[in-house]
Amino acid sequence: MPGEFLLEMSDITKAFGTNVVLDGVSIQVKPGEVRALMGENGAGKSTLMKILGGIYSGDQGSIRIGGEDVKINTVDDARKYGVSFIHQEISNVPNMNIAENLFLGREFKNSLGLLDYKKMHQEAKKALDALGLDMDTHRLIAGLSIAQQQMLEIARAINEDAKIIIMDEPTASLSHGETEHLFKQIDLLRSKNVAIIYISHRMEETFKVCDSVTILRDGEFIGTKNTKETNEKELISMMVGREFESIYSTHRAEGGETVLEVKNLTNSNVKNVSFELKRGEILGFSGLVGAGRTEMALGLFGIDPATSGEIVINGKSVKIRSPKDAVANGIMLVPEDRKVQGLFLGHSIATNLTFQVLPSFIHNFKVNKKKEREIIETYQNKLSIKMASVNQLAGELSGGNQQKVVISKWLAAKPDVLILDEPTRGIDVGAKAEIYKLMQDLAAEGVSIIMISSELPEIINNSSRIAVMNEGRLVKILDPKTDEITQEIIMSYAVEEGVEEYV
Amino acid sequence: MSNQGSTKSKENQVRVSALDNNPAFNFLKRNLASMIALVSLFVVLSITTETFLVGNNLLSVLRQVCVNTFIAFGITCVLISGGIDLSVGSVVAAAGVISVRLANMGMPVIVCFGVALAFGALVGCFNGYVISHTTLPPFIVTLSTQIIIRGVSYILTGGQPAQCENDAFNNMGTGSIMGIPIPVLYVILTFIILYFILNKTAFGRHVYSVGGNKEAARFAGVNVKKVQTQVFIISGIMAALAGIILAARLYSGQPSVGEGFERDAIAASVLGGTSFNGGIGTLSGTVIGALIMGILNNGMNLLKISSYWQFVVKGSVILGAVYIDYIKKSKTFRK
Repeated sequence: MPGEFLLEMSDITKAFGTNVVLDGVSIQVKPGEVRALMGENGAGKSTLMKILGGIYSGDQGSIRIGGEDVKINTVDDARKYGVSFIHQEISNVPNMNIAENLFLGREFKNSLGLLDYKKMHQEAKKALDALGLDMDTHRLIAGLSIAQQQMLEIARAINEDAKIIIMDEPTASLSHGETEHLFKQIDLLRSKNVAIIYISHRMEETFKVCDSVTILRDGEFIGTKNTKETNEKELISMMVGREFESIYSTHRAEGGETVLEVKNLTNSNVKNVSFELKRGEILGFSGLVGAGRTEMALGLFGIDPATSGEIVINGKSVKIRSPKDAVANGIMLVPEDRKVQGLFLGHSIATNLTFQVLPSFIHNFKVNKKKEREIIETYQNKLSIKMASVNQLAGELSGGNQQKVVISKWLAAKPDVLILDEPTRGIDVGAKAEIYKLMQDLAAEGVSIIMISSELPEIINNSSRIAVMNEGRLVKILDPKTDEITQEIIMSYAVEEGVEEYV
Repeated sequence: MSNQGSTKSKENQVRVSALDNNPAFNFLKRNLASMIALVSLFVVLSITTETFLVGNNLLSVLRQVCVNTFIAFGITCVLISGGIDLSVGSVVAAAGVISVRLANMGMPVIVCFGVALAFGALVGCFNGYVISHTTLPPFIVTLSTQIIIRGVSYILTGGQPAQCENDAFNNMGTGSIMGIPIPVLYVILTFIILYFILNKTAFGRHVYSVGGNKEAARFAGVNVKKVQTQVFIISGIMAALAGIILAARLYSGQPSVGEGFERDAIAASVLGGTSFNGGIGTLSGTVIGALIMGILNNGMNLLKISSYWQFVVKGSVILGAVYIDYIKKSKTFRK
């Protein structure tokens, strides 16, 4: 029966050298279907989609679109057959405006062969209107949020008349509200019979927005399920290949005496933030993107130092003017963007791991190799970092292992207060569970943890207490001992408008 | 995500071997292409000319290479930190002029050195301060100081070269100790000092980190501005040292000398495997690079190749070297 499936990929195989990353994978997607593609990092999700998108070509297998055999060798081929790929890292040109970006590579020209800006802006406006986006097409990309850029990508896909849209972790950098908006657009696309393939690590989203889900593991097809007929536990077990109870620890860290007291911290982005952090607790920071959580952390860490307010550590008031001051006072930060802010990707794991403790093994123009090795081995074992050797480049590791390296780097420096900003972003479910366990272990050892996260389940299931920020202010601290905690309650504080100053 | 395939394959391999930690092996592995180039140049010239493999000629090559090596050491540090310093050629001239003038006033050699080196440090400090405290590109900032300092040298001398009559000073460029030219001894000394600074101090690792990922270095608590400034100071000092030695060798401080020296120094550094993107580079590689440039110059002179063609050859060698480097890298990172 032709026409039932819009997309049929059959028996796709791909190897890089001797390393088989896809082994005879087949998927079929109907028009108007939203299909989640899940699996751990390295399972082959991205590779499969890159073959569909014309970025890689498969070694074997066939692709049928709308019942016709197609050969996709380039991104242009893919576009021709109506396949549009919305990448995780958005590829817009910052110094060009919305209309120019939307039509990059297929600009409208007038009869003289010159660019027809008027038409480009008109068409761009139309495309944005269709998505309900009210943006001036003359605005530069540089001033747009990631969410807005993502919407532009979708606008581009629709404008190109895409029949199949691939979204690679589209919500990775979106706030809750922006995610909701994206889901509305997905529903709209579904109603227009566009097929969407949705790569995500987030279970919640899969169940919320997708009709069906395909699981890959180690390059092999494991199964496709209807989202209505499966559950989280089953999917995780399919992904990791063994029974899986929960990725969260059942134990909840309990705070001891107060370690850190923040009083009316104000910097260029947050205002009068006050809270206490207790020894060995995990204080979760929730809120919308842009609510000032990261900015608060940057204030504590001295990247964007406080302009007023007080930071008290173990009863002593301290001044933190630079990251160096913060580290000297035992405050350390695992930053939001591990590739840009956390790692030297082109340097070895060894270099990265020992970076914060160089003076402990380098002095008087001598490098104590034995000491250096000891430090590396301690954390390699403690966090079970998977690597070929400590000389391997940090950039070659998977996201989860990279994050472990960043965390280890700071653990080596013995933090009292460890701030983790989006610690599991883009990390697969197995590594996530390991990082949650590590946080609980560290808390048990007496490290006080501030965890910033946009994933509500992560916040709710790990935190001893939950701080909610809204428009640069800390509006509420929820304690499970006294307050009821649900996603809805947290969100109600996070989105509340015109909040009064919290004292 | 994009490197998931390669990650997996690498995790399956066991790459650790005893050789990985052997510095001599690492040195060879990293500098294989340039070593082969250097050795083949050496062999070819020994066979094709009768004048190359002669003690006197080799010593004079070494003496000539020194000036470029000093500058290239500084440039290597700047490149590793992710910057570029185009002002070095002018600093060479100015430092030469200043030291000769002091020498002619009868100042002791150590004062001539001290003042000229301090001048180099000052220029470097200015470059580094401006670059680290603004977002002005190093290329533009140091291009400007290059022109300014060139002007300073002409102003100091009225455009005329100044003959140097201080023998103790001239000896620094022309003399030898136990048959080894004094400039060569200076190169060895500065190599050792800079090697220790780059490899055996926390500051050294910070230099690599700032070039490797400035943002991550900042988040790690590295004082990025200070590191950048210090690196340019090193470059300024090395250029000044080159200027002093050159002036001593020529018995004169010439305001016009050093034009285009930044070119040869960058070439030596890049031939030696220093990355233009920062974060990667070694001093030993730079020594090899400088030797290749020096022997190439000397060899082409001995072979009586026209100086016009020498430019063509030198440019092609540099392009060839970086191309080999590119091939090597794209093999390692092939997706």
